Amino acid sequence: MPKDGIGASIKRREDVRFLTGTGRYTDDINLRGQSYAWFVRSQVAHGKLNKVDTTAAAKMPGVLRIFTAKDFEGVGGLPCGWQIHDRHGKPMLEPKHPVLAEGKVRHVGDPIAVVVAETEAQARDAADAVVIDIDELPAVLDMKAAVAGGPLVHDDIGSNLCYDWGFVEENKAATDAAFAKADHVTTLELVNNRLAPNAMEPRAAIGDYDFATDMHTLYTTSQNPHVIRLLMGAFVLGIPEHKLRVVAPDVGGGFGSKIYHYAEEAFVTFAAKQLRRPVKWTATRSESFITDAQGRDHVTKIELALDKQGHFLALRTETYANMGAYLSTFSTAIPTYLHGTLMAGTYKTPHIYVNVKAVFTNTVPVDAYRGAGRPEATYQIERVIDKAARELGLDPLEIRRRNFIKADEFPYQTPVAVVYDTGDYDATMNKLESLADLAGFEKRRAESAKAGKLRGLGVNTYIEACGIAPSHLVGQLGARAGLYESATVRVNATGGVVVMTGSHSHGQGHETTFPQVIAEMIGIPVESVEIVHGDTANVPMGMGTYGSRSLAVGGSAMVKATNKIIAKAKKIAAHLMEASDADIELKDGKFSVAGTDKSVEWGAVCLAAYVPHNYPLESLEPGLEETAFYDPSNFTYPSGAYACEVEVDPDTGHVKVCAFTAVDDFGNVVNPMIVEGQVHGGIGQGIGQALLEHAVYDGNGQMIAGSFMDYAMPRAGDLPFYKVDHSCATPCTHNPLGVKGCGEAGAIGSPPAVVNAVVDALQRAGKKVSHIDMPLSPYRVWSAIQNA
Amino acid sequence: MELHDTRQIEASPDLVWAAILNPDVLKECIPGCESISGTPEAGFEAVVVQKVGPVKARFTGLVQLSDIVEGQSLTISGEGKGGPAGFAKGGAKVRFAPEAGGTKLSYEVEASVGGKLAQLGSRLIDGFAKKMADEFFERFQAAVEGPEAPEPAPAEGDAAEGAGAEGKKKGWFKRMIG
Repeated sequence: MPKDGIGASIKRREDVRFLTGTGRYTDDINLRGQSYAWFVRSQVAHGKLNKVDTTAAAKMPGVLRIFTAKDFEGVGGLPCGWQIHDRHGKPMLEPKHPVLAEGKVRHVGDPIAVVVAETEAQARDAADAVVIDIDELPAVLDMKAAVAGGPLVHDDIGSNLCYDWGFVEENKAATDAAFAKADHVTTLELVNNRLAPNAMEPRAAIGDYDFATDMHTLYTTSQNPHVIRLLMGAFVLGIPEHKLRVVAPDVGGGFGSKIYHYAEEAFVTFAAKQLRRPVKWTATRSESFITDAQGRDHVTKIELALDKQGHFLALRTETYANMGAYLSTFSTAIPTYLHGTLMAGTYKTPHIYVNVKAVFTNTVPVDAYRGAGRPEATYQIERVIDKAARELGLDPLEIRRRNFIKADEFPYQTPVAVVYDTGDYDATMNKLESLADLAGFEKRRAESAKAGKLRGLGVNTYIEACGIAPSHLVGQLGARAGLYESATVRVNATGGVVVMTGSHSHGQGHETTFPQVIAEMIGIPVESVEIVHGDTANVPMGMGTYGSRSLAVGGSAMVKATNKIIAKAKKIAAHLMEASDADIELKDGKFSVAGTDKSVEWGAVCLAAYVPHNYPLESLEPGLEETAFYDPSNFTYPSGAYACEVEVDPDTGHVKVCAFTAVDDFGNVVNPMIVEGQVHGGIGQGIGQALLEHAVYDGNGQMIAGSFMDYAMPRAGDLPFYKVDHSCATPCTHNPLGVKGCGEAGAIGSPPAVVNAVVDALQRAGKKVSHIDMPLSPYRVWSAIQNA
Repeated sequence: MELHDTRQIEASPDLVWAAILNPDVLKECIPGCESISGTPEAGFEAVVVQKVGPVKARFTGLVQLSDIVEGQSLTISGEGKGGPAGFAKGGAKVRFAPEAGGTKLSYEVEASVGGKLAQLGSRLIDGFAKKMADEFFERFQAAVEGPEAPEPAPAEGDAAEGAGAEGKKKGWFKRMIG
C-alpha cells in the first residue's frame, strides 16, 4: 500500500500555486480583444422602471454598446432548478427572472443596464452617465407582512407566497394528536440570521464567441460548469451544448454562492456574440454583497412535545423562509427537502410535521449557503431540546441520550422520509464528553468566575444529508436535474493517470485527495495521478460540487471507472502472462498470477494497451480509458456531537469562545488533514453566524451591512483552537469508499453549540434568559442580561 | 433616522419666514450647496456636494416646500441623486412661533439614504444627518439674526462657535432686506 494513499495526511498539491500567487482564476484570464462590462444596478429595493436613457452614456469614450432589457427580448429568464409542490399539490409560484430588469426593479442590485467598453474604467464612467428613471415603490421586507397583503414583489403572480409546504403532510394529524396528549410542550421562536457568503474571490465571468465556428465559451466562477452550460444553454440563451463550452478554472471559494446560474454569466455570453469580442465582468466586493445569493434567513416557531421522562413524542414547526426577490437556481429546495428531511436530527421522534412558507421579498435572492437547510434544521432542533431540558430539569446530554437512535437500530426510517444507513450517536457523544473534558467544566467555570466572567457550556448533535442524491428520488421531489456524478479515468501509455471528474474543486482539495484514492486502488504513487476538472470540453457531464458530495458521489464515479480500468488491465496482464484474468491480482502496482511468481508491472500493462503488439485484439480494444457515472442509492448521513465553552462578560455582553470540540462521524476518511481543515473552516463560519455575521436591510430594503466595515466576518482572534476528532466512524454502507462528506458539518453543527453555551452561561448566573437570536452581538447579550 | 430639535432665533417670525423661502438663504445655509434655483412654489433645483464616510458625491435634486401654513409651518423635502454614490432623501417639518421677542423654530428631520451610501455609509448617516441639520440651522440663524456687527451671538454654545466662524456673514439676510 502506498504511504500516501487513503488515510494519509499528505499536503495539498494545489496549495503550491495558491500560496505562490500562480493560481489561474477567472479574472486572471485575459483574451485578445477583450472588452469590459459594467452593470448599472438598482439603488432602490422596489420600483417601477420607467425609462433607461443611455444617450449620453453611449457617447462616452470607449463605449462599445449599452444593453438594456430591450436587447433581451426573446431571451429566456434565469431558471429555477427545483419545483416544489405545496401542501395541496399545487406547484409553486414561479416568477420570471430576467437577465436585465424589465419594467420593475425588485432588489437593490437588480441589474438594469450594462455598459460594454474598451476598458473597465471607461465602462464604469459611462455607467455613471446612464440615466435611470424609477418611481420608488414601498419595499416589502418582513416575511409575515409580505404574505399578509404587503406590496407585491411580482405583480403577475398575484402573491408573495411562493409555496406553503407541508412535510410530511400525512403526518400532520398524528403530530397534532401527539401534542394534545403530551405531558410537556416546549415552544421556541427563533430567527436563523441572513448571511452574505463572501467567498474570497468575487464572482467573475468572461464570454467569448468564435464566429467562424459559432462556438461560445464562458469562463466563470462556478462550482458546477456543466450545470451552468445546461441551464444557460437550454433555458436562457438557446445555445446547444455542443456549441457552448463552460470553463470554471481555479475558483476561490464558493460555499454555495457559486452553484447558481447568474445573470452576469448569461450577459457576457450573449454580449460576446453581439459584439464579436470577448466581454469580461468582475464583481467588486460591493457588488458581491448585493448580487451573490445570500444564505439562511428563516423565521421559525418550533414546538417539541415530550413525556415526563423527557422522551420526544412529536415535533412541529412553522417556518417562513425568505426567497428574496427572485428564485435562485436551487433556492426552493433549501427550506424544503434539504431542511424538512433532517428534522428528526439524531433522535427517535415518532411524529414530525414541518410547515414552510417560502416568501418573496425585496431583497437579494436567497439560496444554499454552506449547510443549506441543514444548519436551519439543526439549529431549531438543538435549541428547542436545550430549552426543553431546562424546563424539565434534565441534563442536556442526558435528554439527548434518552432520545438517540441507537447504534443497533440502523437502517433507521425517520418520519420525514429519509432512511439513515449508519451512525452511532452514543459513541460520538461519549467521545465528546471525554475529549472536551466536560467533567472539568465546573472547575473552569470557577476560574472564569474569579475573573468576573460567566462561563457556559453548550452541547448539541447534528445530522446532515450529503452526497445529493438518488436522481430518481430527487426527480420525484421536483428536481429538474439528475444528481449523479461522472469520471473519466485515462491511463497514459507510460502509466500515468489523468482523472477527468465532474466534481469541481474550489478549495476542497480534490487535486490531492482524489489521487490518493487512485494511488490506493492501483498501487502507484499519487504523483502519477493528475486531476482535471472544471471544463465542459474536457470532462464528462458532471453535476459539480456542493452539499458535501464530491468524494461520496464524484469519488464513487472515479472508483467505478477505476474498477473498469483495473478489470481491463487484468485482462491485458493475463494475456501478457498467458494466464486467466480471473487469476490475476493487482497489488502495489504489480499484476501477478495467483499462486505463481509470475508478475508484470502496471507500466508494462499500460504500454501494451497503447502499443498493442502483443495484445488480444480480437477480444479487447486497445487503450486504457474508462468513464463511469455514479448515481447514489441514498444520501450519506454524517453526524456528530459538538461542545462549545464560552465566557460572557456580564458588563459588556461580549462573548468569547474559549473552547470548541467537534466529534464527527464522516465514515471513512481519505486525508485527515484536509478533513480537519474543512471542519475548522466550517466551525469558523458557524461561529461567525452565531456571534458576528448578519446581512441587514433597513426599512427601505437598503443592504446596510454591505461592506466589511459593517458585515462582521470572523477573524482569527474570534476563534479558539479547535479539538477535532473523527475516530467514531461508521462507514457509509452504500458507496464504495464508505465516505460521507465533511464540507459543511462544521457550519451545521456549531451555531447551536455557541448559542446553547451563551444561554447556559446566563442561566448559571441566575439570568432567566431562554433564548437570544443570532448573531449574539455584545448589544444583544447585554440587553438580554439587562432585561432578565 | 429621525431627529428633532428647537432653536431660538433673535429675529421676528416674519423675517424668519421670509428667509426660509429665499433660495439665496437656502444656498448659503445648505452645507455643501453649490447652486440653487427656483421658487418656493415650483420648488428649488439644488446641487450639493457632500461626503459621507467613504462616499463623496455631487447630489442633484429637487427641494420642495409643502404643507405651507403662512408664517407658521412648512415641510422642506428633497431627494438628492448622487449617481453611482446613491441617493439621499429627507424632509424637515419646521414650525415657527413667536417667543421672547424672537422666533422659536422647531424642526423634525427624517432622512434616508440608498445605494452605495446605504451600503457603505449607513452607520454614519445618523451622525451625518444631525450634523447637516445643525449646520443648516446654525447658518440660518446666523443669516437672519442681528446684530449687524460681526460679534459673537450671546449664549448658545454651538451656535456661538458657528457664528464666530461665520462672523462676517452674520445677519447678512437681515441687512439685505432691512
